[in-house]
Amino acid sequence: MSSKVPPDLKFANSHEWVRVNGDVATVGISDHAQQELTDVVFVEVPAVGRKVKAGEAVAVVESVKTASDVYSPVSGEVVESNKTLAEKPDLVNSDPYGQGWFFKVKLSNPAEVNKLLSPADYSAQIGK
Amino acid sequence: MARLKRTPLFAAHQKLGARLVEFGGWEMPVQYSSIIDEHEAVRKAAGLFDISHMGEVRLRGAKAAAFLNHLLTNDINKLAVGQGQYTLMCNDRGGVIDDLYAYRVAPEEYLLVINASRIDPDVNWMQQQLARWPERAAVQLENVSDQFGAVALQGPRTAEFIDRCFAGPARGGTQVSKPSELKKNQLGIFDFNGKTIYLGRTGYTGEDGFEIIADAGSIEAIWNHILAVGHAFCLQPAGLGARDTLRTEVCYPLYGHELDEQTTPLEAGVGFFVALDKPEFIGRSVLVEQKKNGVTRKCVAFKMNDRCAPPRPHYPIWSNGSTAQQIGEVVSGTQSPSLGIGIGMGYVPPEFAAPGTAIEIEVRGKRFPASVVQKPIFKKS
Repeated sequence: MSSKVPPDLKFANSHEWVRVNGDVATVGISDHAQQELTDVVFVEVPAVGRKVKAGEAVAVVESVKTASDVYSPVSGEVVESNKTLAEKPDLVNSDPYGQGWFFKVKLSNPAEVNKLLSPADYSAQIGK
Repeated sequence: MARLKRTPLFAAHQKLGARLVEFGGWEMPVQYSSIIDEHEAVRKAAGLFDISHMGEVRLRGAKAAAFLNHLLTNDINKLAVGQGQYTLMCNDRGGVIDDLYAYRVAPEEYLLVINASRIDPDVNWMQQQLARWPERAAVQLENVSDQFGAVALQGPRTAEFIDRCFAGPARGGTQVSKPSELKKNQLGIFDFNGKTIYLGRTGYTGEDGFEIIADAGSIEAIWNHILAVGHAFCLQPAGLGARDTLRTEVCYPLYGHELDEQTTPLEAGVGFFVALDKPEFIGRSVLVEQKKNGVTRKCVAFKMNDRCAPPRPHYPIWSNGSTAQQIGEVVSGTQSPSLGIGIGMGYVPPEFAAPGTAIEIEVRGKRFPASVVQKPIFKKS
């Protein structure tokens, strides 16, 4: 199975993606990650207002087989989280870069984004 | 870590793009397309599983039945030729060494199908017990696990095409003219490409189906043949992921989860397969005592009350209310694909075992309401 790596995103080693719009970063998990996890049946997203640090486990994604932590690739305050996932966790499988997003962070240190992997580096990491 | 063992179907799994994982020392397919897809295929149509990792032990001889009745909890004398039964093998303390299927394939020949992860402990135990058995000269015990492969064909539509897969009449076991005439727990011996195959009408999913045991060299041809014939009946290959969700929904125990050497069949809720009316078998005295005095813990099935994170093995089970305390632990848990909610099994004291009892399951430090339910958790309407 080949996985998509959109050219306009940044990635963390732990398979989260980041899309920056102004000073807000939207975070989700990569197509590769959702393929590895398989059928997602539950997602726990962080509360709005929570202060998160880059590398901190802030969400959980559960497939039929396992539970996995999702780490925030950036620091800041959670300004929105994807409530739709409570009812439709499978959006993480069907649309990982779109409707399957997890949460949005108002960046406290925008420079962190530059340290994340480029699409090319991430593709190399997952061996595509 | 020792190198993982592979079944004779390993190349076939790779060709189908299976995701492979470690299971009981074996490299096995966990899924081909998706666990939920494969689960639904088995509930609605048919699925084909590789179960070649499971072990087989053959016992022959004039005293084979007597020895098995000493070794196993169910009454082997109830088996006519061509019949099988679910049974357990216990240690002296009544703890479960393994749960297995025993088939009587001929008047003085039995085939035991045992768990993959238990082949070595089982065979060692059987050999030890046989060495002490006074009539051991009239029993031949042989571990034939490596000689055999096996597949499980499961699902409501299997009976529609099993006869197109294998031609009758049976030349041994239950005398039927074609495989679909086998009744539940019956075994027929057929030929496939000139080789002997055993066909048992049984399974581990709660659906109708067959388990097909054949020599390791034939199993890939059998696998491909069944997939080709079953294609028109919506048959899909299915992995261990679906096998686990299917068996959890119908509350079949999995060794290492519901069963282990510290747990008795009565605690596990499989006392139906313990023939306490037999005069003697290993573990009997402990089990008779336990039957009389009651157990201190019981394996219950439960269902989460609301949509939440699925329960997993080792999650704590709590009583509910103001005096809530931890009362046990989950042994199997998953999101039920059929019900769309978290389900599982776990051990609790008997006062919490009645269906309807409110309990709570702790997930990552938070407790979620659940209810003890009747087994099986899922039953087709």
